[in-house]
Amino acid sequence: MLAAVTLLLLFQLAGEAIVLFFALPVPGPVIGMGLLFAALALRGGPSVELRGTAQNLLQHLSLLFVPAGVGVMLHIERIADEWLPIVVALVASTFAAIVVTALVLRWLHVHEEEQS
Amino acid sequence: MTPAHGQSLGEIWVYLAASPLLGLTLTLLAYQGAVWVNKRCGGHPLANPVLIAVVALVALLSATGTPYRTYFDGAQFVHFLLGPATVALAIPLHAQFGRLKRMAGPLLVALFAGSVTAAFSAVLIGKLLGASDATLFSLAPKSVTTPIAMGIAERLGGLPSLTAVLVILTGILGAVGAQGLYRLMRCRDAAVQGFAMGVASHGIGTARAFQLGEQAGAFSALAMGLNGLLTAALLPVLLPPLMRWLG
Repeated sequence: MLAAVTLLLLFQLAGEAIVLFFALPVPGPVIGMGLLFAALALRGGPSVELRGTAQNLLQHLSLLFVPAGVGVMLHIERIADEWLPIVVALVASTFAAIVVTALVLRWLHVHEEEQS
Repeated sequence: MTPAHGQSLGEIWVYLAASPLLGLTLTLLAYQGAVWVNKRCGGHPLANPVLIAVVALVALLSATGTPYRTYFDGAQFVHFLLGPATVALAIPLHAQFGRLKRMAGPLLVALFAGSVTAAFSAVLIGKLLGASDATLFSLAPKSVTTPIAMGIAERLGGLPSLTAVLVILTGILGAVGAQGLYRLMRCRDAAVQGFAMGVASHGIGTARAFQLGEQAGAFSALAMGLNGLLTAALLPVLLPPLMRWLG
């Protein structure tokens, strides 16, 4: 587990360094994910240990968003002042994005499978 | 009340509340309590663990007059793990690579459609209902993962910390609402379900998608990463002219 965590941190570190070096508008961990993906593709897959550690970490992915979520208390006043546009915009746009993405993907995918 | 060892309960509270231990412990307790509630509700999406834990913690911190900064001194250790967890998403992504590659064309078109819908419908609705410009700029990147969204909001002239909150709320909405929408649409393909959740509601949608299965999770993780890149490229170019046009 220790080796796997170290590996994840090393890839994150490499990602952060690349972002700083090229002044990219993307966070380091996302680049780190891309680098690890490339390494896995070259190597043919993760070790049992890395796979297990990743599973443990991703199983509690929701937990990791809690500290940032509690930050809502810093903005309660603005959200109270503008609650109607904020609530309607969030709900409608999120549901619309899910429906549009799913419909487009389903339509194109079914179309493609019919052709092949 | 002064016990034998010297410190009163009030003093002990002041000391503990200022140490990182309390914020960290409370976060883990609140989350595990929320997971327990979620299980008791039969895993119902409305009993979302992030939502329950956040509400409980905000109530507790407000009741005890503890500032967010003090809480975050402890909670940052959990927050930090978002980085390595994001890197770890490469593993399910790699496991699903075969199917991802076969669907590459449709995935990219759907990504573009969903990404544009998420950002511009939010701005248009917000504008229509009279939100301020700072709120609109903070709202625009809310479907992408927190660090990217905060960076975009800053470049646009929004409030990054407000964006962080709107991102979390969007994630919770997607995680709570997706399955109901899929039932209405009769959408049963795990790949389609996961991908749409990742586009609309980033990491929290992805966490929910992993509960549906590894395939949904992997497609969601891919969508989350791609939408982060696409939104970072599109919004700073497209949103300022749209805002000028809207007046």
